[in-house]
Amino acid sequence: MEDDNWGETTTAITGTSEHSLSQEDIVRITKDLEDSVGLDCRRYFTRAVAVILGLLVFLTPLAFLTLPHILWPEKLQSCGTACEGLFISVAFKLLILLLAVWALYFRPARAGLPRVFVFRVLLAVLVFLLVVSYWLFYSVRILDSQDTNYQGVVQYAVSLVDALLFIHYLAVVLLELRQLQPCYSVCVTRSTDGATRHYNLGQLSIQRAALAVVENYYSDFPIHNPALLSASKSRAAKHLAGLKVYNVDGPGNNTSAGLVQSQSRAMIAAAARRRDTSHNELYYEEAEHERRVRKRKARLVVAVEEAFTHIKRMQDEEQKKAPGDVMDPREAAQAIFPSMARALQKYLRTTKQQHCHSMESIQQHLAFCITNNMTPKAFLESFLTPGPSLQYSRDHWRARQWTLVSEASVTSGLKDGTTFLLKCVDFSLVATSKKIPYIQMSEEYIDPKSHKFVLRLQSETSV
Amino acid sequence: MSFVPGQPVTAVVQRIEIQKLRQGDKLILGFSIGGGIDQDPGQNPFSEDKTDKGIYVTRISPGGPADVANLRMGDKIMQVNGWDMTMVTHDQARKKLTKQKEDVVRLLITRKSLEETVSQSKGKNPKPCTYANEKQNLNDVMYTNNVR
Repeated sequence: MEDDNWGETTTAITGTSEHSLSQEDIVRITKDLEDSVGLDCRRYFTRAVAVILGLLVFLTPLAFLTLPHILWPEKLQSCGTACEGLFISVAFKLLILLLAVWALYFRPARAGLPRVFVFRVLLAVLVFLLVVSYWLFYSVRILDSQDTNYQGVVQYAVSLVDALLFIHYLAVVLLELRQLQPCYSVCVTRSTDGATRHYNLGQLSIQRAALAVVENYYSDFPIHNPALLSASKSRAAKHLAGLKVYNVDGPGNNTSAGLVQSQSRAMIAAAARRRDTSHNELYYEEAEHERRVRKRKARLVVAVEEAFTHIKRMQDEEQKKAPGDVMDPREAAQAIFPSMARALQKYLRTTKQQHCHSMESIQQHLAFCITNNMTPKAFLESFLTPGPSLQYSRDHWRARQWTLVSEASVTSGLKDGTTFLLKCVDFSLVATSKKIPYIQMSEEYIDPKSHKFVLRLQSETSV
Repeated sequence: MSFVPGQPVTAVVQRIEIQKLRQGDKLILGFSIGGGIDQDPGQNPFSEDKTDKGIYVTRISPGGPADVANLRMGDKIMQVNGWDMTMVTHDQARKKLTKQKEDVVRLLITRKSLEETVSQSKGKNPKPCTYANEKQNLNDVMYTNNVR
């Protein structure tokens, strides 16, 4: 039946090619450009600043030591024993500083966080101020007045390197040590199927806590399987589709808000009155499904055990004797795979996991198990229980791009009751933090000799 | 029959005299006792108060001397020949009952039904009874003992 209003509601696109752009497209493209350029810009900017600061830090003491020799060599006092000893001290402290900075800062970046890392910025500013103030003092007191006491200059350079080492100690404490002591327990729930885990975190900012949560998500949470959620969605759809509301009074009588309200109220009332047997269906369907899964699992286990008996690891002595039909693990896996393939495929279909495992990955896993002398049960374990996301091939880590949704500023610290949301394409993780309570422990001493017992007597004597 | 430590114990008692019977070279009384301050009072089936560590009659051999003298199972023995039985060990009680040189034991025993009888009779007779009257009527004795 033709809809009479068809002409009014379609949008006509005239003079078109696939490459025409609408206004929204242009806005979206510029925004994307800004974002991507912004992100790259920020990364390069941070890197440039770090390099400049590093060079400044390392070259300054060397500059302090060499400038007097360059600018006023004749007036300079010769360097005595103590002064030369200080040279060694400067050299080794600079070396230690170099190694320490390499250990702390030169690590591959784990993630890109939305806002800057406040502590790092603070430390960079502190280092910059320190170096600048030392330069100021040096230029005013030593360069201008051309101080001849070279030992004083060397000691000044040594004090700068000491101060830098202390700032590095501060950096270690602020960046690494402070968050090690667990302070908050964060409860993380996946929005689609309710899988929940709890993590103990220290005093972190919200964005760093979110990063810790996501990293733990990849190794703790069972893989997100959208095929398992289709049943509840179809039930929900059935509830809604069960009733249709007709407006008998004709259009234009009520205002739209009133109409919607009366409609929903009528639906709720009708749904309450209707005898709903969907719980019955759910019960029987689940029982049937469980029975089917168990049957398929039994067939699978038997098939795999039988397949594994077809191959045997060859010992070294036999290797020299028997020439023919010797296989490497991959070929052995390919040889025994067909006998279990059908049972495995049926099992995966029943448990709706077939898209998680490709043929290639299954054969690879089989070759791996054969190489490491694993039993059939060990081989099957990765199919029987859904493992963490990291276990599966790369396509399933689709969620590399996470969005942090938080009411508080993401650089503010975790507090008791902080909630934030981590959204990715398919689902979201809801995290709530609770403070770990203060524990008051008291001791009670028990003397080992105080453990004494008596028999419970009940005797009867005849007289 | 429950007691408050430090307060004197009051109970309605009955006097029972048992003649020992000679069996072989032993004199026997024909009943068994249980309880004592070294025993577990919670397992005593006859006591009202499960902290009562007194000596109770647990078994009467039918036709024996105790049975003849109207001793009943569940009676608590308060005195044996003048010796107190409310705060003794099981073995001390046995020794006081089985002295081979005595052939008669005079027991003061108490049981729940005695108290009830006394209270019933008091209720029927509004006139306060004198001690002598009571003694004649019921052959009962008011028994007091200072409990440490």
